[in-house]
This record gives sequence, C-alpha cells and structure tokens, in this order.
Amino acid sequence: MANKVLMKGNEAIAEGAILAGCRHYFGYPITPQTEIAAYMAKKLPKIQGTFLQAESEVAAINMVIGAAAAGKRAMTSSSSPGFSLKSEGLSYLAGCDLPAVVVNVQRGGPGLGGIQPSQADYYHATKSTGHGDFHMLVLAPNSVQEMLDCAFDAFDLADKYRLTVAILSDGTLGQMMEPVDTATKESGHAIEKPWALTGTQGKRLPNLVNSLYLMPEELEATVIERYKRYALLSEKEVRCEEYFTKDADIVVVAYGITSRVAQNAIDIARKEGIKAGLLRPITLWPFPVKQLMDLAQKASVFIAAELSMGQMAGDVELAIRCQKPVLRCNRTGGMIITPEELLQKIREATTLHEQTE
Amino acid sequence: MRLARITVFAGHFGSGKTSLAISYAIYASKQRDKVILCDLDIINPYSRMAEAVDALKEKGIRLVTSCLSNTNVDAPALPAGTRALFDVPDTTGIIDVGGDNRGALALGRYASYLQNSADYEMLLVFNQFRPLTSSIGALLDMKNEIETASQISFTGLVNNSNLMEETKLADVVSSGNFALKASEKLALPLKMTVLERRLVPSQAHLEKILGDIFLLDLFKSPWKP
Repeated sequence: MANKVLMKGNEAIAEGAILAGCRHYFGYPITPQTEIAAYMAKKLPKIQGTFLQAESEVAAINMVIGAAAAGKRAMTSSSSPGFSLKSEGLSYLAGCDLPAVVVNVQRGGPGLGGIQPSQADYYHATKSTGHGDFHMLVLAPNSVQEMLDCAFDAFDLADKYRLTVAILSDGTLGQMMEPVDTATKESGHAIEKPWALTGTQGKRLPNLVNSLYLMPEELEATVIERYKRYALLSEKEVRCEEYFTKDADIVVVAYGITSRVAQNAIDIARKEGIKAGLLRPITLWPFPVKQLMDLAQKASVFIAAELSMGQMAGDVELAIRCQKPVLRCNRTGGMIITPEELLQKIREATTLHEQTE
Repeated sequence: MRLARITVFAGHFGSGKTSLAISYAIYASKQRDKVILCDLDIINPYSRMAEAVDALKEKGIRLVTSCLSNTNVDAPALPAGTRALFDVPDTTGIIDVGGDNRGALALGRYASYLQNSADYEMLLVFNQFRPLTSSIGALLDMKNEIETASQISFTGLVNNSNLMEETKLADVVSSGNFALKASEKLALPLKMTVLERRLVPSQAHLEKILGDIFLLDLFKSPWKP
C-alpha cells in the first residue's frame, strides 16, 4: 500500500499549511488558485479552524494581519491581480513585524491578463511588494511535493524571523497533480510569541502591534533592526538546487515550473555532448548570490529562463557581477517555454562558449 | 466490457475523469463509427483535453468542447454541440463532467435528455489516493452531492485509484478491497478498475481481484521527464 496521496499543487499548499498548524485562512476566489480556498473550506471547520471567504483580497490580507497579531498561524492566497491588491496589507504586515504566509499562484499579467501560468510577478514578490523598506522571504517550489514542504516550512520561517513568507507559484504547479508524501513533515512547532495580542489578564502591560512611528529616529531604528534580521536570514536561509553544474560550461538559471522544463532541456543537451547544468533558486529572496558567483568562476555562459520578459535575469547578472554573459529565454502572457526552445538557447550559448575558449 | 450508447464520467475533481474519458473514447472508436467525446468540464478553465486533441482527431472522434477552453476567458460556457449526442441516435457519447457537485451542475442541463435516452451509464470515478475521497463516507457524500447537483443517479463505480507516474501494480491491487466496500455501501456495481497500460502485460489473473479492467493510455506534458 502506498504511503502517498495524489494531490493538486494548490491542495498540497493547503495541506502543508494545515500540517504546520495553520488554522486561520482568509481568501477570495481567483483562478488558478481557488483550490487552496476550497480545500481549506472543506478541512478547517473539521479541525476547529476558521475558513473565511472575505469580501475582497484587501479584506483577506487585513484579516491575516489581525490573526497574526493575535499570535495565530494565518494565511491568505491569491493569483496575480488579487495579489496586487494585497500589496498595502503586506507592507503593514512588515511594518508590524508580523509573521504570516501568503501564496501567489501566478497567472499572466499585467492587469487582468489571463488565467494561464506565468512568472511575471517576480519583481512584485522580490522587490516591489509594497511601500517602504522591507522584504518578504520568497519560496519558489517546483513540484507538488515541494508545494507542501514549502508551505509547511514557510510558517516556521515566518515565526523565526517575524516576517511574511511568500510562496511564489504559478498556474501550472497549482493545477498539476503529483503524488505527495504528507508524512515528510511532523506537525507544526509552536513558538512563543510574547509580543502577541492575547489579552493581559491584568498580569502584564498591554502589547502593541503597530506600524506608525511618531518620531523619525524611532522609525529608522526599527527599520535598521529589521534589516539585521534580513542580513541574518540572507546568510542562513538561502535555498537552491544544482543539477549537473559540476562541469557545466553553460548554466541555466530557472525556478518553479520552468526549472522542470530546464531539466528536460539539459538532459537532451547532455546527450548532444553539451556541458549544460541548472541552478534552481528555491528562495528567490534571498537570492542564491554566493552559489551563482561560485559557478561564474567555471561556467562561461548563463541563461536565465523564466515565464516573464526577463525579471530574474537582472538578479543573475548582479549576482555574478556581470562577469559572464547572461542570455535570456522568455515566454510570457501565459505561454510556457518548451524544452526545444530552451535547447535552442543552450546551443546558442555553446557557440558563445566556444568563442571564449 | 459493455459499451453503453452514452457513458458519463463524474466524480471528485482530480479523480482522473478526463484522462479516462479520452482513453474510453478511443476504446469506443474501435467498436463504433460515430464517437463523440463531450467535455462538460466548464468549471475548471484549465482544460486537460488539449494534449489529446491530435490523437482524437486521428481516430475520427468528434471532440465537443467549450469554445472558450484553453483561452483566457474564465467564464463557464456550455459547448453547443452537446445536443448532437442526445439527438443523433447512432452516435456513441462519452461525457466528461466537471469535478465535484459544482462541476456536475452543468450536467443537470441535460438530465432529462439523459433519462430519456434508452441506454446510458452514469459512472462515479474515484481514486482512493485522493485525500478528500479516501474514505467510504467521503465517497458516499460525494455521490449524494453530485446526484443532487446533476439530478441523475449513478449506475456504477469506476475504481481509478492511481498515483500517476508513480503508480505500482500493488497500489491498484490494494485498492480492490476499498472498491468492493464502496460498491457495497454505495449500492453501485463496480463497472471497471482502471490500470495504466504500462502496468499490466497481462491482466487475466487480476480480473478476479479487480473485476473488469480498463487499460488507460496517458499523454505527456512538457514538464514531465
């Protein structure tokens, strides 16, 4: 008898959150992430949780702020246009130093765009989430199993560093089905939250969760303190995976669903005798800067493959300080890169590589 | 295995109805001339039929699907050609219904046509490895919810227990017991057990455990190895 179950990516995110002890979910339906809400609606009431379909995405993120301020593990999810709406709330979450988990199952944009998969919210997730100096820790799974694992880990990371952890997924991963082992994770660890608004019972001074500072000196000090935590997690929490990079002349950098396509392209390239490899960032922020810099010492050409007009490519160039050329392989608007398209780019990179030798 | 004039596949979303409907239509096309495969899954705008379009065309199977499927239009629209399946008596129809009771609502539109049709099967497809239908109680709830939404009673069960590419023969065999229990509790005969073709060089000995076996062919996606 198998120990696994067959899940949709969206369901796996919901189950991972439940395993981590999330009992408060607030959301609003939008394709292609609605199964997260549907799963939560089915399961949470049976385990003394709260599922609430809010009147809008803005309401949902503000409900997350409330639940997080009360020290609860809370989550919301949406897809690109809905995620834009949450921007203000994400900034307030950061300003209040509240741990929370948010999910963006990306679709084509800008505007209403389309419902097919996309990775064009990379800038939004890693750089321009909302106003003010802040970051979210951004996880980018590439399988249904990892959707579950990332959702689970997201809550621990959020609590540990008191920040918002975003899972940046896409319509393909959300909709596809794969076998999942739900027993990989022990049930969620409770963490002390002495700052939470739980009622004083007359035994302590009231806690305050707030993002308004009356004195600029005080606000500056708070932001600097927050950035010390960012520095710490940038050192400790970078996650990435390498595939055939040891001897690679050409390194493809791809995350999420694109990394799966990239593996297929690299397998074919290897059969053709091309030394191609893959670096797959799992944390998009913090970005695997050190790992890329190490690879740049050996490889001669990089290819940034993504379902956007090249949003991550700039981070690859920054990471390797433009020491090597970074080619682009892009599809956007809901289209997916095929292994053949990427293979063509790898062959192009091979010509460049031969010229540098 | 008896092939009804109209076969309807309904069940939990993700239970494998679409892959099964495609394979079943191909199976039907080997015995009958005019086969129509009707994609009534208008609740999930991510159509799963796309990968099989060429194979269906090649077999001469008429695919009736929403004019909006695989576009960015996130609006449910019933395929206009569906009526042909009820109105033209010498056709063989396979209907792929959307998941859960919400998906089955669209079938309600055709409930009276189906009930007036002399020969139809309404099959509840289940996969024991789907977490929300892994117990008999949950499956019974699903049956009742779909029957209420579609206004049609099921006539049989399809055991489609699988873990996709990771399915081992032993997984399906182990689901045989669950299928028997489900058949008893839901008072529905087990129409067939689905096995992916690669799993069985010979299914003869398995039919004792699993009942009639239907061999399934899958189509590949660009992100699968």
